[in-house]
Amino acid sequence: MGLAVNLELKHTVLCIRLDGELDHHTADLLRNQVEDYLKKHTVKHIVLNLEGLSFMDSSGLGVILGRYKQIKNQDGEMVVCAISPAVKRLFEMSGLFKIIRLEEDEELALQALGVA
Amino acid sequence: MRNEMKIQFSALSQNESFARVTVAAFIAQIDPTVDELTEIKTVVSEAVTNAIIHGYENKATGMVYIEAAIEEDTIHLTIRDEGMGIPDLDQARQPLYTSKPELERSGMGFTIMENFMDEVEVISEPSFGTTIHLTKYLTKNKAMCN
Repeated sequence: MGLAVNLELKHTVLCIRLDGELDHHTADLLRNQVEDYLKKHTVKHIVLNLEGLSFMDSSGLGVILGRYKQIKNQDGEMVVCAISPAVKRLFEMSGLFKIIRLEEDEELALQALGVA
Repeated sequence: MRNEMKIQFSALSQNESFARVTVAAFIAQIDPTVDELTEIKTVVSEAVTNAIIHGYENKATGMVYIEAAIEEDTIHLTIRDEGMGIPDLDQARQPLYTSKPELERSGMGFTIMENFMDEVEVISEPSFGTTIHLTKYLTKNKAMCN
């Protein structure tokens, strides 16, 4: 099972929706797609919707942290939403919640960024 | 009764999913909880990814070897590569340390293995490779005593 990446721009917020498994193999695919998109569009913030993610490991943490740094460098914010208990444990272990905000669902994440 | 299996496969990133799903299917025989199964899949993914990225530096000619054994409620895993080895093990096991920051590695692989397993032993010799022994005791008997 691979990873399906769905990208949608809502105002200036890029919604990244992941479906499948995020590991070292699929992390490259995600990074390339998001970097391509950011080059071609004006994006202020990122919402990362992990509702459809069935598996993630530390390679996932790495690629998420990479995109966080990228948007932070442009003075943007990243909000993560709809994460499973298993993925939440990895976020907690790595301290990612200290820098990345968590919301329950995409709507609340968009509200948090002022675009719902 | 001890029950064992062995697999070996090319050090290709597309085999990371194959490895964790195969080990999970073997382990499923002793009825782990969903959380325990996720933990096993995650640590297999971490160790195999390390072998591919660090052990073999993405050279697909290398092979990754996994041995799994189940005995009562105990799971033993051995994940081995014949790659370059880890020069400084203490440093490698530090949370957030990565030797390859340019590849967006999180440096959390060993920390996750230590959190999700009961015993983690790493043996590494430069230019001979790395072997990781992982042990996990399933909790179902404890739960039944409560």
